[in-house]
Amino acid sequence: MTKTKTIVALALAAMFAVSVAPAFAQEHAQPSPPRVKWSFAGPFGKYDEAQLQRGFKIYKEVCATCHSLEMLSFGNLADAGGPGYSPEQAAAVAADYKVKDFDDKGQAIERAGRPADHFPSPFPNDAAAAANYGVAPPDMSTLAKARTYSRGFPWFVFDMFTQYQEQGPDYIAALLKGYVDAPKDFKLPQGANYNEYFPGHIIAMPPPLQAGQVTFDDGSPQTLEQYSKDVSAFLMWASEPHMTARKRLGFQVMIFLIVLTGLLYFTKKKVWSAVH
Amino acid sequence: MSGNSTYQPQSKVLQWFEKRLPIGGLMHSSFVAYPTPRNLNYWWTFGGILSFMLGVQIITGIVLAMHYTPHVDLAFKSVETIMRDVNFGWLIRYSHAYGASMFFFAVYIHMFRGLYYGSYKEPREVLWILGVIIYLLMMATGFMGYVLVWGQMSFWAATVITNLFSAIPGIGETLVAWLWGGYAVGNPTLNRFFSLHYLLPFVIAGVVILHVWALHVCGQNNPAGIEPKSDKDSVPFTPFATSKDAFGIACFLILYAWFVFYIPGYLLNGDNYIPANPSVTPAEIVPEWYYLPFYAILRSIPNKLMGVMALFGSIGILAFLPWLDTSRVRSARYRPVFRQFFWLFVIACIGLGWLGTKPPEGVYVVLSRLLTFYYFAFFIIVLPLLGIFEKTKPLPNSISESVLGAKA
Repeated sequence: MTKTKTIVALALAAMFAVSVAPAFAQEHAQPSPPRVKWSFAGPFGKYDEAQLQRGFKIYKEVCATCHSLEMLSFGNLADAGGPGYSPEQAAAVAADYKVKDFDDKGQAIERAGRPADHFPSPFPNDAAAAANYGVAPPDMSTLAKARTYSRGFPWFVFDMFTQYQEQGPDYIAALLKGYVDAPKDFKLPQGANYNEYFPGHIIAMPPPLQAGQVTFDDGSPQTLEQYSKDVSAFLMWASEPHMTARKRLGFQVMIFLIVLTGLLYFTKKKVWSAVH
Repeated sequence: MSGNSTYQPQSKVLQWFEKRLPIGGLMHSSFVAYPTPRNLNYWWTFGGILSFMLGVQIITGIVLAMHYTPHVDLAFKSVETIMRDVNFGWLIRYSHAYGASMFFFAVYIHMFRGLYYGSYKEPREVLWILGVIIYLLMMATGFMGYVLVWGQMSFWAATVITNLFSAIPGIGETLVAWLWGGYAVGNPTLNRFFSLHYLLPFVIAGVVILHVWALHVCGQNNPAGIEPKSDKDSVPFTPFATSKDAFGIACFLILYAWFVFYIPGYLLNGDNYIPANPSVTPAEIVPEWYYLPFYAILRSIPNKLMGVMALFGSIGILAFLPWLDTSRVRSARYRPVFRQFFWLFVIACIGLGWLGTKPPEGVYVVLSRLLTFYYFAFFIIVLPLLGIFEKTKPLPNSISESVLGAKA
């Protein structure tokens, strides 16, 4: 048995050594995004309503110029576990938008949005969307789940226990603050931008947020730091709108399962006591 | 399925029915009176766990299919609609997506357990081969299910995997076009994958019935690897195995729920939240974790045809295991040398899985080749030779002696 254990230990050590070695070699790779303290992290995490409202304001005033949010309807803004708008407020937001439709005679018209309408796309088609920067700006509905980064061994093992699920918003928040001057030896194509956290560093999107650009009514600081966090939180909600309900139900399920498992354990023990 | 039943229903109605279709007796002899070795450990609960997971996958899958649209323009959106607008759709979808992972996790433990305790040896060869067939069907089903999401990784996984068949000389290209139903992965591909993804689980269920049947004909293997000799060696399935399996399933459910409710993003590739786009190739095309060892084997061989043959060979070789292992002793408990090679094999499989996530370059290629060599050498060289040269430990006289001896 000891021999077996030694072999296992040696093999694990070898695997660890091989997996860590390349990490030291990659100096020019993008750094890991810093961890942000999110209200929605962990088993009891909830979205911060005020933060989602601020994030939505940033989306509406800045991101929506180029990025669609097509999976979401205006009515979603009033859903439980979301930004906490009332149905009337969501309807008022909808009414501010112009939505393409047809009238009774089949004529194309533009009408005021209703809560059931989805957020309209800023561009009529993909080619028009790609015209500005060469690539179409991605839809933001699932962006916070699509933009993850590899944690690597051994971190991904720990993540299973610490429930680290916020790679997406961490990455987006870091990216929004990650516009710096390119290093001298870096060849940046004409019209492109350098970003510390973007894979490969060359990003078509110019720095989207500047301090003071969006006015907050709740007295939160109007800094790039705050903006990047708030809009990332909003995008996380947009990607995973039922997260609060999921975690709440999860806790109830866990308690149920632990009690059930305990009862089944003692049942099994009682049954087997006859033959042990 | 084995004739251990003395089932006599109490009620007149059931007696009437039993005379005409003795299904009660069948159930009673299979799941109540059926004798199980008394020394089974918790590794044996994974059979029950797997049956349970197959049920979960079929039920959640049927509900998902009620809301899913198999069309290239609508599939991704319909999945997102399930996640957002269907009542508890997120729960059903995450349960199904993680159900697949948990299913594979359980089947790997089940397979390694069979390997460790020699459960494939005479008279259980057919039982083992049916298991290999179930595993192959699971791989096909899991792959096609992953494609249905129609995200970037779905599309490119479908492209890469179906392209494997193009390596077949002569008919390769024609065969791939036939699989696709066109000249690239497209709407016909998605439609047939949906159709087959709905069909195959029921085929799996059918083979599972054969698997359980074969099991109940020759009886379960056990940690001592010797056959029960007297009544003292076994206990009836109910309540003994039932209560133990129920506890095992409950423990497994806690792990499953942890993933579904708390870390649903843990195993899902981020790129699959980007809608499929045939004109943009993702930076890395990585299969789901349960295929990674085979992906590493495929990529470790520079020639495409040889790589594909190694990939299929690595699964196919499992079917020959009962004859490749020449040792008469079943359980690794009494095979000290086999035990070391077994654990090395487990490490090789995990190592190959890790290498499957790495780019095929530099030291990773060397390691992949080494581990691929060991994977095959374990079956073709180690197992046949060990049976001849290994000095095994003495076997206990009976199962009850092995249990009581361990306690004393």
